Amino acid sequence: MATAAVGPETRVHYLNVDYGIKSWLLTTDHKRIAVLYLVSITLFFFVGGAAAALMRLNLIEPNGALVEPATYNKLFSIHGIIMVFFFMIPSIPAVLGNFLVPMMIGARDLAFPRLNLLSWYIFMAGGALCMYAVIAGGVDTGWTFYTPLSTTYLNSNVMSAALGVFVAGFSSILTGLNFVVTIHKMRAPGMTWFRMPLFLWAMYATSIIQILGTPVLAITLALVGLERLFHVGIFDPAVGGDPILFQHLFWFYSHPAVYIMILPSMGVISELVTCFAKKRIFGYSFVAFSSVAIAAISFLVWGHHMFVSGQSIYAGIIFSALSFAVAIPSAIKVFNWTATLYKGSISYQAPMLYALGFIGLFTMGGLTGLFLATLAVDTHVHDTYFVVGHFHYIMVGGAVMGYLGGIHYWWPKITGRLYPDGWARLAAAIIFIGFNLTFFPQYMLGYLGMPRRYAVYPPEFQVLNVMSSAGASILGVGYLIPLVYMLWSLRYGPVAGPNPWGAKGLEWLTPSPPPTENFEKTPVVTEEAYAYGAKEGAVG
Amino acid sequence: MWQGFPIRPDQASTIARGVDHLYYFLIAIDLFFTAVIFLTIFYFALRYRRRSQKEQPPQIEGNIPLELVWTAIPLGLVVIVFLWGTSLFIRNSRPPAAAMEIFVVGKQWMWKLQHPEGVEEINALHVPVNRPVKLTMTSEDVIHDFSVPAFRIKKDVVPGMYTTLWFEATKTGKFHLFCDQYCGTNHSLMRGEVTVMEPTEYEQWLSGGIRGESMAQAGAKLYDQLACITCHGTGKGPPLVGVYGKPVKLSDGSMVVADDAYLRESVLYPSAKIVAGYPPVMPTFKGQVTEEQLLQLIAYIKSLSPEEGKARK
Ligand code: HEC
Ligand SMILES: [Cu+2]
Ligand SMILES: [Cu+2]
Repeated sequence: MATAAVGPETRVHYLNVDYGIKSWLLTTDHKRIAVLYLVSITLFFFVGGAAAALMRLNLIEPNGALVEPATYNKLFSIHGIIMVFFFMIPSIPAVLGNFLVPMMIGARDLAFPRLNLLSWYIFMAGGALCMYAVIAGGVDTGWTFYTPLSTTYLNSNVMSAALGVFVAGFSSILTGLNFVVTIHKMRAPGMTWFRMPLFLWAMYATSIIQILGTPVLAITLALVGLERLFHVGIFDPAVGGDPILFQHLFWFYSHPAVYIMILPSMGVISELVTCFAKKRIFGYSFVAFSSVAIAAISFLVWGHHMFVSGQSIYAGIIFSALSFAVAIPSAIKVFNWTATLYKGSISYQAPMLYALGFIGLFTMGGLTGLFLATLAVDTHVHDTYFVVGHFHYIMVGGAVMGYLGGIHYWWPKITGRLYPDGWARLAAAIIFIGFNLTFFPQYMLGYLGMPRRYAVYPPEFQVLNVMSSAGASILGVGYLIPLVYMLWSLRYGPVAGPNPWGAKGLEWLTPSPPPTENFEKTPVVTEEAYAYGAKEGAVG
Repeated sequence: MWQGFPIRPDQASTIARGVDHLYYFLIAIDLFFTAVIFLTIFYFALRYRRRSQKEQPPQIEGNIPLELVWTAIPLGLVVIVFLWGTSLFIRNSRPPAAAMEIFVVGKQWMWKLQHPEGVEEINALHVPVNRPVKLTMTSEDVIHDFSVPAFRIKKDVVPGMYTTLWFEATKTGKFHLFCDQYCGTNHSLMRGEVTVMEPTEYEQWLSGGIRGESMAQAGAKLYDQLACITCHGTGKGPPLVGVYGKPVKLSDGSMVVADDAYLRESVLYPSAKIVAGYPPVMPTFKGQVTEEQLLQLIAYIKSLSPEEGKARK
């Protein structure tokens, strides 16, 4: 960090205003809070990733190469809980959203800077509780906490894990609230809704889901806790409860949560594709409103997780139809991104490779979602590896690719430094290949009937499992490489300058790293987002 | 298909082929769109790659007709898939009237199955080929899931309620039975085998396995032991003869059909639904009977309804 000031210009920016540890832990600067989140979720990512690595290692042999089933169950539970609640959900909103929402609308900070810092502390408290659950012996509920297994039958650290997720939820709610208010109230003069970059539309839609959905999860987990501690009959039929009720409540949040994870990535992709094709987005309003449509419909499809749960056939039919409906706005986005490339001036720096990787993997993941929305086919593949393959294509192939693309794109803005583009492109390629090798075999395993969450399995599934594990080792390397060169760039990376990609958007008008107050004077917006045809500097 | 490297499980039930056909159709859609997107991106990527930093590409706002086209085409396709998948699902959910019945109780971590004749099996199910079989399932503890990939069937097995599943095997042989719903430590060991046999072999197997009484006989014994008799048949409680499958009038004026779920509830939670004209004096038998005994009691009550009792033959 000490060398950050040794640029061509020695000026004060948000990173070097103060070096004290207190200046970080008590900061209310949205940019510093974004960095705090970046460091925390990167740690969580590698914890969750380590659990996944052990799982894939275990599955090399049908009888388990490494651990007992009891331990395996803890591994997939930790993997799921950490990756969903402590990496994916906060990833783009809390890191890139925090950094960019004020900058993109030309504001000084979020509407409630201290609330923003509080969100981070709440998040870390939740994370600490979950890590405690891990260290104290683990938890084996799966990330889904299904009842009455979680409330009555397991004696692992269910309470601390559930409490951790419960607590972290409030951080998500507060961040969402902060973004919504900021986007409504703090846009710079001239920044109308339809001049906003699509990343902001995506953040806005995501925030709405966070605000409306997360309380339901919190209530559900609180009820789990009540039943576990006091045997109040809510979900366990042995004490008069209804286990299916839990599933309704849980998925009412957790299906929309899928869109908390993917919508922000879609927003990032709109930024990347336009910048590296030097084109305005094709069909701006279609892309913008499809985010809103996805957010709205996402609340009406939870029952597709329950087609074989014993819910009525008619409920199944309605949820199936609605689930197909949500595919349409997603398809519209993919087509518009592709069309944006038409007649563009396309360059292939690392962020763009991640973006194209996203489009490909998201397309494959989205299309396999159709299989799961189809009642007769879902009856066969539900709770098998087909589902595991599907949601990893969406959440890792899609959301994580988008996150990495975004990190690579805004890294020069966040740190003021460039990473080696060659290495970054290599990492993107390795991740893309490793990802497909890991998860494509899982679709095949699923159709053949291999159930998910199996520590041991019949020998005929071994070949595909070994293929998947081999792919995972490549994927793992792919994820480690960026960690190395990103850290390297902090010290040795070439100085980036304010706008290394020739991008549009207010965040590129200010120096990198930006000063604490973001802009010297409040920018005035006179043109639309992605005005790549217009002359340089027409904004301002 | 592809002996060494199968892409689907055995097609061993009447519905397997239909599900596979829809699956192949979906794969075709998947390949089509993946190809369209990938090829278009590759083509644009090469054709429009940046040749100089000064390039000023033309700016295109969008194209409404094109938006409509690429909304309409996927919409049309998903409507087809939805209708196809739903009609198949409805058909696959309705057991034929003549199906033979088998009762399943899941518990951590084993499957217990009872044939009406009284034969009990653990982690194994023997059935005759070409004969519809209906499973009535419940769990003693957590949620499990009964899945036979070769039959393309699956249903959660939920404590506190009965779920049903049916199939008609079309092929003799042995097939995997999996628990597909995570149910705790040994979830992945909660597996079994379905053996499909020629009808004559099945009859032999069945007669070899009968140790004592049929489910209905076992139920009759329980009925005695638990002193149901003291009320039912004396006028203190409603007569149970002929009640199965018939509508029952409740004290709040509503009607219910006396099916398995209703009978189960009547024994465990007698006060939940009160038969019209009777005082709510029946005690609960919750905790006194296991799920398996409950199924036997129900089998006995069923056997008191002559025409329903014959479903087995
Ligand atoms: C103390 C008397 C008493 C005993 C013992 C008793 N029952 Fe009942 N049972 C009743 C009465 C009274 C009703 C009707 C009121 C109601 O629905 O609770 C009833 C209702 C039922 C019904 C619903 C019948 C209908 O027509 O809808 C079933 C089934 C039933 N009992 C089964 C049993 C079984 C099986 C046992 C033994 C394990 C049993 N009962 C023991 C008194 C009794
Ligand atoms: Cu869902
Ligand atoms: Cu299980």
